[in-house]
Amino acid sequence: MSLISETDYGTPLSRAEEQVTLTIDGQTVTVPAGTSIMRAAVDAGISVPKLCATDSLEAFGSCRLCLVEIAGRSGTPASCTTPVAPGLVVSTQTERLKQIRRGVMELYISDHPLDCLTCAANGDCELQDMAGAVGLREVRYGYDGANHLGQEKDESNPYFTFDPSKCIVCSRCVRACEEVQGTFALTIQGRGFGSKVSAGALADNFLSSECVSCGACVQACPTATLSEKSVIEIGTPEHSVVTTCAYCGVGCSFKAEMRGEEVVRMVPYKEGKANRGHSCVKGRFAWGYANHRERILKPMMRESIDQPWREVSWEVAIDRVASEFKRLQEKYGRLSIGGITSSRCTNEETYLVQKLVRGGFGNNNVDTCARVCHSPTGYGLSQTYGTSAGTQDFDSIEHTDVVLVIGANPTDAHPVFGSRLKKRLRQGAHLIVVDPRRTDLVRSPHIEADYHLALRPGTNAAILNALAHVIVTEGLINEAFVRDFCDRDAFEYWMQFVADPKNSPEAVSLVSGVPAEAIRGAARLYATGGNAAIYYGLGVTEHSQGTTSVMAIANLAMVTGNIGRPGVGVNPLRGQNNVQGSCDMGSFPHELTGYRHISDDATRHAFEALWNRPLDREPGLRIPNMFDAAIEGSFKGLYVQGEDILQSDPNTKHVVAALSAMECVVVQDLFLNETANYAHVFLPGSSFLEKDGTFTNAERRINRVRKVMTPRNGMADWEITLAIAKAMGFEMHYDHPAEIMDEIARLTPSFAGVSYDLLDRLGSVQWPCNGAAPEGTPVMHIGGFVRGKGNFMITEYVPTDERTGPRFPLLLTTGRILSQYNVGAQTRRTDNVIWHEEDVLEIHPHDAEQRGVRDGDWIRLDSRAGSTTLKACITERVAPGVVYTTFHHPQTQANVVTTDYSDWATNCPEYKVTAVQVSPSNGPSEWQREYERQADHSRRIAKAAAE
Amino acid sequence: MSGDKLVMMANQIGKFFVPQRGIDPVAAIADHLRKFWDPRMRAAIVAHLEQGGADLDDPVRQAVRRLKEAEARS
Repeated sequence: MSLISETDYGTPLSRAEEQVTLTIDGQTVTVPAGTSIMRAAVDAGISVPKLCATDSLEAFGSCRLCLVEIAGRSGTPASCTTPVAPGLVVSTQTERLKQIRRGVMELYISDHPLDCLTCAANGDCELQDMAGAVGLREVRYGYDGANHLGQEKDESNPYFTFDPSKCIVCSRCVRACEEVQGTFALTIQGRGFGSKVSAGALADNFLSSECVSCGACVQACPTATLSEKSVIEIGTPEHSVVTTCAYCGVGCSFKAEMRGEEVVRMVPYKEGKANRGHSCVKGRFAWGYANHRERILKPMMRESIDQPWREVSWEVAIDRVASEFKRLQEKYGRLSIGGITSSRCTNEETYLVQKLVRGGFGNNNVDTCARVCHSPTGYGLSQTYGTSAGTQDFDSIEHTDVVLVIGANPTDAHPVFGSRLKKRLRQGAHLIVVDPRRTDLVRSPHIEADYHLALRPGTNAAILNALAHVIVTEGLINEAFVRDFCDRDAFEYWMQFVADPKNSPEAVSLVSGVPAEAIRGAARLYATGGNAAIYYGLGVTEHSQGTTSVMAIANLAMVTGNIGRPGVGVNPLRGQNNVQGSCDMGSFPHELTGYRHISDDATRHAFEALWNRPLDREPGLRIPNMFDAAIEGSFKGLYVQGEDILQSDPNTKHVVAALSAMECVVVQDLFLNETANYAHVFLPGSSFLEKDGTFTNAERRINRVRKVMTPRNGMADWEITLAIAKAMGFEMHYDHPAEIMDEIARLTPSFAGVSYDLLDRLGSVQWPCNGAAPEGTPVMHIGGFVRGKGNFMITEYVPTDERTGPRFPLLLTTGRILSQYNVGAQTRRTDNVIWHEEDVLEIHPHDAEQRGVRDGDWIRLDSRAGSTTLKACITERVAPGVVYTTFHHPQTQANVVTTDYSDWATNCPEYKVTAVQVSPSNGPSEWQREYERQADHSRRIAKAAAE
Repeated sequence: MSGDKLVMMANQIGKFFVPQRGIDPVAAIADHLRKFWDPRMRAAIVAHLEQGGADLDDPVRQAVRRLKEAEARS
């Protein structure tokens, strides 16, 4: 193994189709028009010295190192800013150029502290490299110039330092913040020798500035000015392994740069097709949880949840799981136990859990946490288009003219895609935001939405119908697309439905609170603005009409012909890293891999033949149904892999009651999470750094996860499932996760061509990947829908049963913040807590004033389901009548307040609409105090030695 | 399984399928229950129907009846 050194072409790739041929240092090279001479030289294998250029940024032309000579032209132009032209004859190395470059380097070095041996970037410094490349042997100005070592370092950021003494003012960090991340937090302050990089205003440091810690500046820095603290502490890495981030559904590729088995840093991989070399604060820096002191490394068990945990051997723990599950089935019946797979686990792991449940438990009581996020996407898109997935790849955004973002906050929840989206918006694409909150996308530096439809929570379907009403009644239909690709009868029915005056913007404005003219304007823009793409998130799905809204989105894209080519489409932004994959892998109780219903005899027989087990043809319980069945007394045992259902699922008291009613709860996780407080067996899990497998991101891209260190708990998660299966009498034989993927491919038509060999060769692949598409499918539904004709569905708006009233006059909606992830199990155990150490309640100034609440006050949040307390954050981000919080911290337990209401088709909980009241409070509620007491009591670990 | 909750869930399903055109909404509701509800949930809603089917919307009531008949045949 060695350190992966990616080629830096100096300037970005030109996408021009026209080709240009020129000669560089005697070599003929042909490149796309618009390519810089610097990049063309790299293509020809020639490296031109450079400092201010890097291929993630537009050419800047400030360092004057990359000068070249061009036959017939005077002067020495910078190769980074000079485009190629037909027939040019370029020289990159002449006596004149050598002299100029040495002169430039002398100037840089005369103003640089020459402490290379103790510098964190020693051996990984472009300034050092360039000194060598230009043959610098002396500095005529001497070495007595300012070394700047007295300048104060900015160490405020928990993950990287800014050392101004090392800065050569190349502006790469400033430009990375602008061009790649789109935050505009950095600038160059002062002039001449006084020029320096500055984060925000004079009084700011990196932490107090607008910086979002994406790491783009650190990555771009050619010296040690911006350095990861981990590199400073550990030293430079010696080998790297390409793997996939374990956070959100963007699925960024990273180089895990290692020294032995210690991670030195995670560096976004330029070849990663989802992230194209960019990252966010979570993937780039928040991986330290794998070594957190609270990580559990030994199996534990106990007779009841009142007892302390007792460490045991793997054999004893696995035997307990199997014997308890067998006992429960004998006593309460075959259907009395089940399992939950996780969107945080690999495809191979989730596949094995559903295989264990179906083949080993003999029922279909398996579900996944996608139940509580994107299950409506699966059902809604399968009914309209014929497949349960988004239609595009992330690169598609580069061809989009109008972006409609509904119920999603990509700059917080899918930050790397958010940056790519903002880049496209800065290039001139138009933006419509449909969201009750004023998210950052609505207005931020160089970004402003054309329309922000700040709808009342729970009225998505009404708004989407109103947009369709305008399109239909104003004649903005793409007749040719509908005629060629959609079911005509379904379209006619649907057209009559949406044309009804009850769906007009004027009528819908009364229920949604959105002005009719804004709805009309947004609809016209979406239908007529060119390539229009819809991106949506849990603000669409987590409603009682989540599925209906997904269908309404699908209808909008069809009626305008925005399907089947780059730049358009329907794009669900998946919450967790492997939501798409866990759904693909047959984690839902009613279907096997590839979304085939369990009652389909041919499909089921194929699995039965390979697994050598009869399978139940009846659908199993979904997660909320498991809870209900537990309370009712027919569901007694649960195996939970990598999920914290107690914190993440709605109506916490109901979940507590359900878990308490079970006789054997088995939790497999890195930490004693909240669910583990009600567990009887704890199986320590392995982190993404410790195992092989694959994740499938929101664009259907299957990415490899590669083991970079030995599992600290002794077993990879897939091996633990194998052990349980064996103990249950259902033996499975795999020596490596690659073999599990081979089995998945054998049983799943859309994965038929997928293998680890293919992934190693291509880097990643988007399903369907089979004989018809051997290298995958970036854009779906080209020339027709998977189901045949596109199916318009009637999407009648039905108000949720969760209503405001005198007791609960406000509507609560929940979401995420950039620095934290889901239930926070990982990010709370990193330095990311510096940005968000507790959940707060956003409340509009009018609502706060009416209740006598001031910013930072403790408030009590009551709903029909329960109460909690947290601190108030007064802001106009939320509209009057709407409050908002996150669910990252168990001390707050936002889900104590959320209700049992759920989507009609899938039981996806209605997290986004809860009627609440807010009142001043003195501190934690009775329930919170009791919860904390119970949690502390439950987490005790006995000191007895392992059995 | 709580009868009230299942009734509410079944009625929600009904509210989606009843406005659909070109299909038999009763059959569609029954099919949805058959495909997505675990046997004990189906048994519970059928039992609720047998006890009078309080609060079930009419098309849903018909669908549960059809479900009951189909399950009796299988």
